[in-house]
Amino acid sequence: MPDPARSITLTVNGTMVRVQPGTTVAAAILIAGGYTRTSVSGEPRAPLCGMGICFECRASIGGKLHQRSCQILCTQGMDVRTP
Amino acid sequence: MKKAFDVVVAGAGPAGIAAAVTAAAQHRRVALVDDNQRPGGQIWRSGASLPRPARVWLSRLEASAVEHLSGTRIFDHPAPGVLCAEWNETAMELHYEKLVFATGARELFLPFPGWTLPNVMGAGGLDAMVRGGLPVAGKRVVVAGTGPLLLAVAAHLAARGAKIVAICEQAPFARLAKFAAQMSRYPGKLLQGLAYRLAARHSRLYCGCWPISASGSTALESLTLRQGNRTWSVACDYLACGFHLVPNLELAELLGCRIQDGFVAVDDLQQTSVANVYCAGEPTGIGGVEMALVEGQIAGLAASGSAEAARKLIPQRRRMLGFVDALRRTCALNPELRRPAADTTLVCRCEDVPFGTLREHTSWRDAKLHTRCGMGPCQGRICGAAAEFLFGWGPDAVRPPIFPALVSSLAAESTNPNKSMEDA
Ligand SMILES: Cc1cc2nc3c(=O)[nH]c(=O)nc-3n(C[C@H](O)[C@H](O)[C@H](O)COP(=O)(O)OP(=O)(O)OC[C@H]3O[C@@H](n4cnc5c(N)ncnc54)[C@H](O)[C@@H]3O)c2cc1C
Ligand code: FES
Repeated sequence: MPDPARSITLTVNGTMVRVQPGTTVAAAILIAGGYTRTSVSGEPRAPLCGMGICFECRASIGGKLHQRSCQILCTQGMDVRTP
Repeated sequence: MKKAFDVVVAGAGPAGIAAAVTAAAQHRRVALVDDNQRPGGQIWRSGASLPRPARVWLSRLEASAVEHLSGTRIFDHPAPGVLCAEWNETAMELHYEKLVFATGARELFLPFPGWTLPNVMGAGGLDAMVRGGLPVAGKRVVVAGTGPLLLAVAAHLAARGAKIVAICEQAPFARLAKFAAQMSRYPGKLLQGLAYRLAARHSRLYCGCWPISASGSTALESLTLRQGNRTWSVACDYLACGFHLVPNLELAELLGCRIQDGFVAVDDLQQTSVANVYCAGEPTGIGGVEMALVEGQIAGLAASGSAEAARKLIPQRRRMLGFVDALRRTCALNPELRRPAADTTLVCRCEDVPFGTLREHTSWRDAKLHTRCGMGPCQGRICGAAAEFLFGWGPDAVRPPIFPALVSSLAAESTNPNKSMEDA
């Protein structure tokens, strides 16, 4: 059950998003209403495999580029950027 | 950084956990390495509302002396007895006497027009995203592909409040009926399947049916489904689509283990063709959780020199082999599934290489060299398996690093004396 007292706040492209502990960064990006990357021919892409295999969920997390966001859990104050 | 263990277990799914806990109980120094933050593999990772066996094994792991190296990705095997891994941007050398690899499986994805749209995901993929906090309450979801995973995913998403618009199983009804009849030998599995179906009972199950195209402006809006000669469209928010599982064999190939019919060949004690290397779980055959647990225990015992105790579990494993076989036959893909891909449909999502371009080539290697297909960050994990089905191309030899590694890790590795000795 969502518990507001335990929720985590992070920013996705500067917008505040509030999530429950245990939420992956990939889920937070989709909750924020975005997608994760633009393909080499310019298509928007979002997570496919959810398990670290496809690399479609790459995002910049806390200043580190090309992180697989489905493998990383949200932490308080995290700064996430997508194209 | 260098660490040495009696037994290194690669992969912390059910098979790897069982192997590590069992070996530690034999007083071996054990490391359990996994690239995720949490143990549990594909099925137990989320932590929430886990079945009893999961709670039992995870608490055994917790109580054990196993050193759990989480968030650690193995990317190379420079010499016998050594693995290279990367953790938090630092390279690490793991030395082992015995290695058990339990690297699991991934979903098979088949391309069709629109499959690259946001919100088209794997069946296990959407399931994992939902376990990772993506809300689906009130969302319209189509679950498609093949295998028992579809029912499990539909049941889980329905329980989270999703509206399952349709479940599309590519296998024909007769084959599913036969599979269900065979499952009477595995009452636990049959009951679980029925429970899943019951949980998603408000959604219709179509057999011999699959998506042939997806459309939407910036994300999925609607799907066209085909069943026999009939095609129709449905509006939906998510597609959860996976065509059963393919084993993760990159580490096996790097280690030089013999592969037979697409799986790692092992003997009764889970020993591979390479000395001191054992394999358990999905890489030896897609068999589900119970099989993974039995194989993990056998491998853990065998790798700790307790062959006698390991042998006692062999009959249990043998009983499950019938299930592995029934599953393989049931999920065999209909060749018609090659048809939805159009010339402009992308097959390689990393480098955006379309089907029409690939069709001009004669082998995976040829296609890779000329089109960059499979050369992106996923290293062909998605498009390689698809190309195998679409064109019948066999995989190319695996080369390290098996996951994109940082330049600093590779540099650390190349100064490793073992490696230079080997190369000399
Ligand atoms: C969503 C979903 C639902 C499922 N539901 C059911 C069900 O209801 N019943 C059932 O019987 N089965 C189910 N399955 C199948 C079940 O997940 C597998 O049978 C089981 O997880 C196999 O366990 P395993 O230990 O072999 O592999 P996995 O659970 O796949 O674990 C392998 C682990 O190894 C790690 N790994 C791989 N390569 C490396 C590397 N190079 N470095 C570091 N780590 C690595 C992976 O990240 C992974 O964590 C489901 C699968 C999925 C995806
Ligand atoms: S969604 Fe595939 S790697 Fe993250």
